[in-house]
Amino acid sequence: MSEDNLIYVTDQDFEAEVLKSDLPCLVDFWAPWCGPCKAIGPVVTELAAEFAGKVIIAKMNVDESPATPGKYGIRAIPTLILFKGGEVLDQVTGAVGKAQLAAMLEKA
Amino acid sequence: MAVKTYQLIIVGGGPGGLTAGLYAARARLDTLLIDKGAAGGQVLRTDWIDNYPGFPDGVSGFELADKMTAQARRFGLQPTLGEVVSMELRGETKKLYLADDKHLKAKAVIIATGASPNKLNVPGEVDLTGKGVSYCATCDGPFYRDMDVAVVGGGNTAVQEAVYLTKFVKTVTIIHRRDELRAAPIIQEAAFQNKRVSFICESEVVGIEGTTEVTGLRIKHADGEEEFKSFQGVFVLVGVSPNNWMLPKELALDNGFITTDGMMRSNISGVMAVGDIRADSIRQVISAAGDGAVAEKTAEQYLEHLHQNLRIVMERKKCSSK
Repeated sequence: MSEDNLIYVTDQDFEAEVLKSDLPCLVDFWAPWCGPCKAIGPVVTELAAEFAGKVIIAKMNVDESPATPGKYGIRAIPTLILFKGGEVLDQVTGAVGKAQLAAMLEKA
Repeated sequence: MAVKTYQLIIVGGGPGGLTAGLYAARARLDTLLIDKGAAGGQVLRTDWIDNYPGFPDGVSGFELADKMTAQARRFGLQPTLGEVVSMELRGETKKLYLADDKHLKAKAVIIATGASPNKLNVPGEVDLTGKGVSYCATCDGPFYRDMDVAVVGGGNTAVQEAVYLTKFVKTVTIIHRRDELRAAPIIQEAAFQNKRVSFICESEVVGIEGTTEVTGLRIKHADGEEEFKSFQGVFVLVGVSPNNWMLPKELALDNGFITTDGMMRSNISGVMAVGDIRADSIRQVISAAGDGAVAEKTAEQYLEHLHQNLRIVMERKKCSSK
């Protein structure tokens, strides 16, 4: 785990890090050319600190890892998907506020 | 713990808020700029800006937002994360309430909350958002390589982003309610010259079809006839609405936008508004930046005036205590 409590996942380690994770895991699908992804970035980083030990917060760059977003039908970013036990528990698209994301994580 | 009172709080970090922040930092006002995400605002979702002076070859919205933020930071402005959910603006000390139940206090407030893209409000839109319905061409264009997509709208954003999408998609069809586009002539020219862009005018989208992803649109023409057209994606770019849900009812609005005078003053003293949230704004980056500079100067004058009043009161007290 990096210093900022975030993990960075790719197509290669998505299954091991996210689907087989013991803890629920929120994946932020983003790309460097996406403005609203940039806007939501610091919110995701703050949540990673606040939910440390309860929910794993992961980031996946869809430019470098196109297979996973394709598998989950992602055609807009930022999309954030909450996984638990390998299943999709909830998901949200767009630069939503921190309060809405925190409420989603509370349910995990 | 006592809550500190800032001299100035700027709510929103788009070009208007960042410019006000830059000027406030240089004026050494004790300033907080608060935004619910990283600073930048709607510029972050604009692919290219050709009408901001100083960039003869144009500049990407992303880069401009970055540069504005860096410039304000250089003079000490610290954009802070937080979601303002309500405001108490009357009186000498303004209170801003945050989503996490905390609150902030300031002597002056500049409201730069901007605007957000409108929805079409048609069946299928909500369920298919992120599954073929998009509000940001620069974010989602690359997901539609070699596909047929529709752009709904006829203003600057719609037509410019339609042309941008031709970098990725096979065809773009602009669907517009009126018989002529509202976009600036130079933007229209680019669309008319692009072979991948076609138009369906005087027509309205009445439904978005698809179950797991968008399969097409139901379109109603001027003669009342409805038809289904197949698309794999639809970009909804039909104007913006003011981000005004956190504003108190005593703040004077016009159609949801804050009314101000030429000095960016609202009807409440010590409260200014800038950029897209302002009623007379022409909704351009350059005008938002200009508003920001004016509002900061107004804030400075207001604070000085407050301070003078305070000093008079203190001096009177001194005299009477003798």
